[in-house]
Amino acid sequence: MANATDSAPGHADPAAPTVTAHRGGHTVRHPSPKEYIRIALILGAITGAEVGIWYTNMSRALLIPALFFFAIVKFALVVLWFMHLRFDSRTYSRFFLMGLALAVTLFVVVLLTFKAFSG
Amino acid sequence: MASDIARPAGTHGVQIEHPATSTGLPNMKLAMWLFLASDCLLFGALISTYVLYRGSSVVGPYPSDVFDIPYTSVSSFVLLASSLTMVLALAAIQRGDQGRMRIWLLATAMLGMTFVGGQVYEFTTFFKHDHLSLTTNLFGTTFYVLTGFHGTHVAIGILMLLSVFGLSLGGRITQDKAETVELIGLYWHFVDIVWIVIFTVVYLIPTGK
Repeated sequence: MANATDSAPGHADPAAPTVTAHRGGHTVRHPSPKEYIRIALILGAITGAEVGIWYTNMSRALLIPALFFFAIVKFALVVLWFMHLRFDSRTYSRFFLMGLALAVTLFVVVLLTFKAFSG
Repeated sequence: MASDIARPAGTHGVQIEHPATSTGLPNMKLAMWLFLASDCLLFGALISTYVLYRGSSVVGPYPSDVFDIPYTSVSSFVLLASSLTMVLALAAIQRGDQGRMRIWLLATAMLGMTFVGGQVYEFTTFFKHDHLSLTTNLFGTTFYVLTGFHGTHVAIGILMLLSVFGLSLGGRITQDKAETVELIGLYWHFVDIVWIVIFTVVYLIPTGK
């Protein structure tokens, strides 16, 4: 059974991180709420920066890589912290990366194929 | 079944008992990751199609005529905030704090509804004010299909959140069932990362026309 102190809302420390141990033997550390809030603030700041640079007269050659960079950082932060891939079993990461790699391959093949034929 | 575990000082711990599996990992969670991997392909196809036909419309309205970046930015902040409330709900149930979990689950659902409401308003404005329908031009077709599929995913996520909220009111979501909240959280964050890509590729990257 769960520890009585941990289970009682009035006594549990909401700021502390949690640890879950699974039957298979792997133990997962989950970030504390403070870490989650810190990540969310970073995500908000990056989104603000994305919108900010969109309003500048930056050339497309600079703007597009900058926007992609920000999107990749946000993507990674959400996947690694909010989806716990940084802390969880690597099997989950492999599954997700497989899907992501296939999606990127599909993206590149579709663009190359149709642009090549239309060109 | 949940039991207390040896853990570092200052942390909460719970032992999650799930049926023995060949991987040692819970099958439901593995299945959710596999589903998300397959959903990557769905959105990969839709985003590829949008990019492929980008700037190919021969009649307007064009993206620059209809997009309201400040408005969509607020929607993006709302969805990011919902990811935060989702992880706070998970952290709460892992501590065994059902009250806070319900508050954060409801907050996540409300933020999701705000996002979907914003999308409905955006679609309505495009349709009525800008006369952009699904068949007006290639931009209309690819834009509505891509963002519509995403909005449907958000709507399904809201239904799942409200279902878990309802189950928790009946006392059926306890600390040892934290994995249920985690699975819905994974789906919800996936919807968020898809929006991160859509916001950049569809809204922020400028097109020629």
